[in-house]
Amino acid sequence: MRLRGKVWKYGDNVDTDAIIPARYLNESSAEALSAHCMEDIDPGFASAVREGDIIVAGENFGCGSSREHAPLSIKGAGVSCVIAVSFARIFYRNAINIGLPILESSQAVAETEAGHVLEVDLERGEVRNLTTGRSYRAVPYPEFMLEIIAAGGLIPYTRRRIEMEGG
Amino acid sequence: MGMTVAEKIIAAHTDEADHTRPGNFVEARVDVVLANDITAPIAIREFARLGVDRVFDPERIVLVPDHFAPNKDIKSAQQCQVMRSFARAQGLTHYFEVGRMGIEHVLLPEQGLVLPGDVVVGADSHTCTYGALGAFATGMGSTDIAVAMATGRIWMRVPETIRIVYEGKLQPWVGGKDLILYTIGMIGVSGALYKAIEFSGPTIDDLSLAGRFTMANMAIEAGAKAGLFLVDDKTRAYVDARKVRDYTVYAPDPDAEYTRTLKIDASAITPQIAFPYLPENSRPVSDVGDIPIDQVVIGSCTNGRLEDLRVAAEILRGRRVDPRVRCIVIPGSQKVYLDALREGLIEEFITAGAAVSTPTCGPCLGGHMGVLAAGERAVSTTNRNFRGRMGHPDSEVYLAGPAVAAASAVAGRIASPEEVVGCG
Repeated sequence: MRLRGKVWKYGDNVDTDAIIPARYLNESSAEALSAHCMEDIDPGFASAVREGDIIVAGENFGCGSSREHAPLSIKGAGVSCVIAVSFARIFYRNAINIGLPILESSQAVAETEAGHVLEVDLERGEVRNLTTGRSYRAVPYPEFMLEIIAAGGLIPYTRRRIEMEGG
Repeated sequence: MGMTVAEKIIAAHTDEADHTRPGNFVEARVDVVLANDITAPIAIREFARLGVDRVFDPERIVLVPDHFAPNKDIKSAQQCQVMRSFARAQGLTHYFEVGRMGIEHVLLPEQGLVLPGDVVVGADSHTCTYGALGAFATGMGSTDIAVAMATGRIWMRVPETIRIVYEGKLQPWVGGKDLILYTIGMIGVSGALYKAIEFSGPTIDDLSLAGRFTMANMAIEAGAKAGLFLVDDKTRAYVDARKVRDYTVYAPDPDAEYTRTLKIDASAITPQIAFPYLPENSRPVSDVGDIPIDQVVIGSCTNGRLEDLRVAAEILRGRRVDPRVRCIVIPGSQKVYLDALREGLIEEFITAGAAVSTPTCGPCLGGHMGVLAAGERAVSTTNRNFRGRMGHPDSEVYLAGPAVAAASAVAGRIASPEEVVGCG
């Protein structure tokens, strides 16, 4: 799958309260949550983000709470992919589980600025910066995780396994 | 090759014991699955998509309305209702209603539901608290919890283990919170990313269970997957008085492999405070200068236990909360509340001019019961001080233990306990 979009750039340790403030956790639909995505650190994000845009950030993206509302709000906002130097553990799981593409590439992060246009080839783990013409290889997914991604997330993956065991 | 405690517990919960090596993926059986009123609604929604009718074991799923409960608004009430209906429909043994509940990570150990050697997964990042009892306990998202509720199994990557050894006798007013804030200041908020931490050493042997819960609770604030303590006589005494089933104790092999070992001279640690906007911004309270405050919160899954309230009461006893400060005390469970009441602590808090609330996570995540306005500053015994965590994005949270929090409430500014209580 190829993704293409404009970059929104953030720093290190973007926490889940920054991605979706807890005061909005009294509901859980991706649509409602996406209206407040990044509100406290980038109030203009939710209204200006366009379908396919890409978030690029530093270390430990998504640290803090286990709230799945965080990747749901990003996905609901239309973001096609998050590229970071590293991800907080629970956010990483949540993103894989709900089918939000995420990639780790410190070099791509270092050389990408807000407003650049990136093209991402998820199968090959390749990031191309169309603004600068440079290309990067993301850290490959472990094989086990590729199976979840290929199934479309943890629910379809598990459902298939349950059906196979049952049948 | 020897194994760490985390590796041993995971190995005992999988059919692939030989494969249980750091970096490998395994499927583990879980002993307890937990969710709350924020995370359960999504887990229940995803559970419905799995095509199964029943949870794997109605005695192993624990649901607690604690974040926005007692219901703070209509939407929160509806989320609690979704969880309550699911608990009833599934016949869950361990659903804790308002009036019988507590903040989940205070409640579950107190009820004997989480035990040494368990694998516990919870849709709450502070599920790692149960590591204090020698359990492998870790936070996950709602979709993971949906799968765990349905199958009793979960995928996980076996983590490397960092060993942190504490030596030396603690100074007055220094507790588990000061140790963990100091440690996170040292290794950083991603210092243990994807890893387990094993806390040990003579200082830890002397530390109470409450102090260990506080430390394990904040392992996630260093990015850790779990924070484990070794089981000793104190653990056994605590657990045996309340366990709902039998348990197995695991100890690390002498030749266990650690990815890193840190030694910390705990005798050199003084009361700590972590500045906004990261828990790693910790420093000695004695260094901070004059910082006036508007609010103090004493409670939460980090410091809402009876021992924490006793420490706060020791400072507030016979003193008054500064007129400019709102001091909010939140016992971590109904039992903690009742015990504190019987000991006379609640009366001391109220006499000192503090508000006392029914158990709730409330202000910790800016939900209710103490939300901050723009420009306001709070000293809080909670675990996170991210921007906007307790309310307005331009408010500030300073993290500390109950002694520093109570002293600051009296002083009206960030203060060390010794400044307020004196040296005798």
